[in-house]
Amino acid sequence: MFRYYLKLGLLSIRRNPALSALMIAAIATGIGACMTIVNIEYVMGSNPIPHRSDVLYYVQVDSWDPNEAAVDVDRPPRQLTYTDGTALLEAREARRQVLSYMTWRVVEPEDSEQLPFQVQSRSTSADFFPMFDTPFVYGGGWDKSADDNGEYVVVINKEVNETLFGGEDSVGRTVIMNGDRYRVSGVLDTWDPMPKFYDLNNQHFGEVEEVFFPFSVSIAKELSSNGNTNCWKAPDSNGWEAFKNSECVWMQLWVELHGAEEKQNYLAFLDAYAESQKALGRFARPLNNRLNNVTEWMEIEGVVADDVQVLLGLAVLFLAVCLLNTVGLILAKVMRRAGDISLRRALGASRRAIFVQYIVEAGVVGLVGGFMGIAMTWLGLQGIRGLFGQSRMIDHLVQMNWTMILAAIFLAVMAALAAALYPTWRACRIQPAALLKAL
Amino acid sequence: MLNMKDISKVYRTESVETHALRDFSLHVEEGEFVSVTGPSGSGKTTFLNVAGLLEESSSGIYELDGRDVSSLNDNERSRLRNEKIGFIFQSFNLIPELDIFDNVDVPLRYRGFGNAERKKRIERVIDIVGLGSRIKHLPSQLSGGQQQRVAIARALAGEPRFLLADEPTGNLDSEMAESVMQLLESINAEGTTIVMVTHEPNLAQRARRNIYVRDGQLEEAVPDLQVAAAL
Ligand SMILES: Nc1ncnc2c1ncn2[C@@H]1O[C@H](COP(=O)(O)OP(=O)(O)O)[C@@H](O)[C@H]1O
Ligand SMILES: [Mg+2]
Repeated sequence: MFRYYLKLGLLSIRRNPALSALMIAAIATGIGACMTIVNIEYVMGSNPIPHRSDVLYYVQVDSWDPNEAAVDVDRPPRQLTYTDGTALLEAREARRQVLSYMTWRVVEPEDSEQLPFQVQSRSTSADFFPMFDTPFVYGGGWDKSADDNGEYVVVINKEVNETLFGGEDSVGRTVIMNGDRYRVSGVLDTWDPMPKFYDLNNQHFGEVEEVFFPFSVSIAKELSSNGNTNCWKAPDSNGWEAFKNSECVWMQLWVELHGAEEKQNYLAFLDAYAESQKALGRFARPLNNRLNNVTEWMEIEGVVADDVQVLLGLAVLFLAVCLLNTVGLILAKVMRRAGDISLRRALGASRRAIFVQYIVEAGVVGLVGGFMGIAMTWLGLQGIRGLFGQSRMIDHLVQMNWTMILAAIFLAVMAALAAALYPTWRACRIQPAALLKAL
Repeated sequence: MLNMKDISKVYRTESVETHALRDFSLHVEEGEFVSVTGPSGSGKTTFLNVAGLLEESSSGIYELDGRDVSSLNDNERSRLRNEKIGFIFQSFNLIPELDIFDNVDVPLRYRGFGNAERKKRIERVIDIVGLGSRIKHLPSQLSGGQQQRVAIARALAGEPRFLLADEPTGNLDSEMAESVMQLLESINAEGTTIVMVTHEPNLAQRARRNIYVRDGQLEEAVPDLQVAAAL
């Protein structure tokens, strides 16, 4: 019987091509608008490291101004001072911990034909690679002893490896950066977490660094951060030592903790650390130490921009308007076919049979609307690309995936069914006798 | 077969009450061919609708095939219509986008027959009405008389005991009307009970029994003991 209704639905769409086209267009437009925004929100908010996101915690301690909170009214600063970062790193109270910051370097190819070029780099510690489960083409990260001994080792990405070594296995070879010779310990495979969760203080959708080298080396080289650096009071004097020991925050600490108990213990450790600092005359604010996992941290940092939420609201509203239109169109269609319905009733169709027939027809319209909606979504995303120009972030945001495509079709069918409910109910109230009396 | 006792049908609109049928009583035996005549607006169609379970009466008793049908719900009425009653309308009422085969198929679909059974029945009745060569045609490709034959085939496909025809020849020229009439007569000869509303006295006279409706009441009838008693 379902196939019969399907056939009737298709015939009916063909019989009223204009009305059907309007319905499909209304659904497709609504779905297209909605899915464009949902798609962006989905990509923005998607978990960049799903298999580890609830064991990785971002650490905040409140080292800020006693008179004013660092963020909002009660939030601790987004980053750590050198003093706190290194103390917490060296305490090794978590399973793993990584301290890092962003800085620029200049790579000088050994081949004198090639020009030096600037790379975005991250000064970090050994646990970075296993904690964030970075993929490697060749080799791997460095070990803790390299951190401790301030060894000149480097992890480069595929592109840099391509430029310097023609894509060969370069493990053990030398990269010269700002005059220093670094030994390659590994070459990263394509790694493109979106958003760039491990450093949300800078660009949410910024690019992953091209080069990674030990934190201990960058400190020895007196490299400050190229990312955000915030100070609630000026360093005591000029110079690197004074800056290092200042209350300026400029580095990020992530720790790996498994389960509530480990988290609890680590928080207790942070509180104890804060108390010890209070004893030294720092940390004048109330205890306010925080641990947030990847998704919590993304939420707090507002990775999904508020405007997108507003846009989503508008898009849903727009879909609702499109659906109301569809209700009207389906109603018009049903009323035009009152004779047909009445005839079928006279020939023995039950109310239920009529209901199913028209619901199936609406489902078919929804399905077609869904496919058109996907096309509209694609157009919408192209529009956004046109509006904001070509960039890696935009390219990433305007991708469509299968989940979204299936969601669009599902939503379209559901929307069509919802829109058809009232008209179809009206359809099955049409009396079998209406036909004869109309004669 | 059909037994109506004191059936009334009142239509109420905001301003007027129309008594389309008043204390209408009629008995039709199995296998009869009854013609119904009467002025326009006298209640003939209303009578057919009530008889065919398309409308409920306002009061009175209606027994179809020995069963009291006044209290059936919508679903049961639909089933009875589907299984026991065939309808033929003045304006054929074929579904324009379906071909002849699929038009005849409509009541069978609601009956729940399998593919083979439906096909067998459809082909049989289309042969009976003499349109075997037009089975894939659309209604618009047929003459009026042929369309009415399709409608008759559709009414026959479910092998109903009871055929209701509301001015089946009203839209046809006399030649075509004659052929439809002959078809109905042969169907009746096979045992199907037929009640036919018509305007044309010469066609009405060909029925075995003739009843006359005026102002929602049976006014005049060929002698029939039960009807006489009801009057
Ligand atoms: N659905 C309805 N609502 C109101 N009045 C109706 C309706 N159907 C029929 N009538 C009225 O009932 C009377 C009988 O109508 P009908 O049975 O169609 O007559 P006939 O078929 O004999 O011409 C007429 O006066 C008509 O106006
Ligand atoms: Mg009439």
